Amino acid sequence: MLELKSVDAGYGTFQALFGINLDVRAGEAVGVIGPNGAGKTTLMRVISGLIRPAKGSITMEGHDVVATPAHRIVDLGIAHVPENRRLFPRLTVDDNLKMGAYMPGARAKYAERLEFVFDLFPRMKERRSQMAGTLSGGEQQMCAIGRALMSDPKLLLLDEPSAGLAPVVVQQVFELVKRIRASGLTVLIVEQNVQQVLKVVDRAYLLEAGTIRASGTSEEMMKTDTIKQAYLGV
Amino acid sequence: MQAFLDIFDIYLLEAVVNGILLGGVLALLALGLNLIFGVIDVTWICYAELVMIGMYGMYYMVQAFGLPYWVAAPIAILLVAGLGALLHYLVIEPLLTAPPINQLLATGGVLFILQSFATVAFGIDFRNLGIRLPVLAIGDMHFSYSRLLAFVAALIGMLAVYFFMTRTYTGTAIRAISQDRQIMSLMGVDTKRIYLITSALGGALAGLAACLLVLQYDVHPFVGLSFGPITFLICVLGGLGNFVGGFIAAFVFAEIISLGGLFADLEWGYVLAFAFFIVMMFIRPAGLLARRS
Repeated sequence: MLELKSVDAGYGTFQALFGINLDVRAGEAVGVIGPNGAGKTTLMRVISGLIRPAKGSITMEGHDVVATPAHRIVDLGIAHVPENRRLFPRLTVDDNLKMGAYMPGARAKYAERLEFVFDLFPRMKERRSQMAGTLSGGEQQMCAIGRALMSDPKLLLLDEPSAGLAPVVVQQVFELVKRIRASGLTVLIVEQNVQQVLKVVDRAYLLEAGTIRASGTSEEMMKTDTIKQAYLGV
Repeated sequence: MQAFLDIFDIYLLEAVVNGILLGGVLALLALGLNLIFGVIDVTWICYAELVMIGMYGMYYMVQAFGLPYWVAAPIAILLVAGLGALLHYLVIEPLLTAPPINQLLATGGVLFILQSFATVAFGIDFRNLGIRLPVLAIGDMHFSYSRLLAFVAALIGMLAVYFFMTRTYTGTAIRAISQDRQIMSLMGVDTKRIYLITSALGGALAGLAACLLVLQYDVHPFVGLSFGPITFLICVLGGLGNFVGGFIAAFVFAEIISLGGLFADLEWGYVLAFAFFIVMMFIRPAGLLARRS
């Protein structure tokens, strides 16, 4: 579904990603793990077009993502839940969700998508006329994921969904990821919480210093010595 | 009605009502400027000069081409809307990432260009539509229909903007973009397009103001100076970019001008308004309705 081939990317003269090869198949949940500053967020941003790659190719179901204007990439079926959620704090939950359905194709399905999101997150229905900035951390994460789902994506990019949340809420967020998967979506998730994320994904990549150091199924990754020592603490 | 009117000083009441009527148009101007500032983060110093161009547009359409006022008004609104979009495309967009002072100077340059252009193209004569609307008399009070019309039309214009901003996808995107412009592409929003639409909307409001003001004032190349500075003070007093604050501040200013003009000359009303502004800047530097951070 999504394929990255030898992608280089960075900010100005600073290069954050070096020759990334990565693929996500339809229906899969794939994790990208690694330490702070490894380039995980940059990887997400380069897929959704927030930054453009210096080199390499990115394709989504055969469409050239690099050649697509940034604001059209969502039309290819890629929805990005950015780091720190990035809700519009002084818009209501309803208006935030509405922004997720901005593209003409999504507008036509607005009512149907809204029902889907409210089914997934009944809490959002209760909070719909509340300003997004006044939601709790977990609710904001639901709203951010809901906003991304409003575009009826095929591939959901989740950037550190557990960041800044209380441990009990982190559990809920990973439960959500499972439910989103169950609804048939393909998920690419970036996480520092390695132990948790390996429980919900099929495969994972280890990203360190801007390069892919290892990849494999969740079971394989959990058994890898370097990951065990550095990330799982066993 | 007469008994009620006897209780109050009739001239005071007339001044209060006239202040409210003036406030409507000032609020319309402030909304346009606030919209541009709040969304694009740029101050159009030349905003009142767009109004001036719109007034000339009305003058020529009505006087030279003999179009009825009601036909000329929508054309003038579209004309100034186009001018607003053009201003954004030619001047603001290349300077979007420039320091604010450069943007300010550039729109200041446009102010002088428009004034000079008007002087060369239209001359320095004072011109008017030659339309004199009747005066409405209630008891001993007199209100001009042109002011009443301006007030009602300004309110309708502001209401239309409100519904556009809250009910449509584009309006919601305009509000969203002012809160987080980096991630707009993730929503599928083309920020360049939204900026152009916002600029056209700001221009359209200036055009509407022009249609209303041209009924009350003569047009000349420097007529913008009569509305420009006061519009800025209103926006700053209300908190730049704060729509509700600007709305309230417009009526506060209008009442000060109108009531000050009642007790002394009209010019004193303006002096009082500006003095009030300076005092308020010491008390509430971030504006009447400063957003708590």
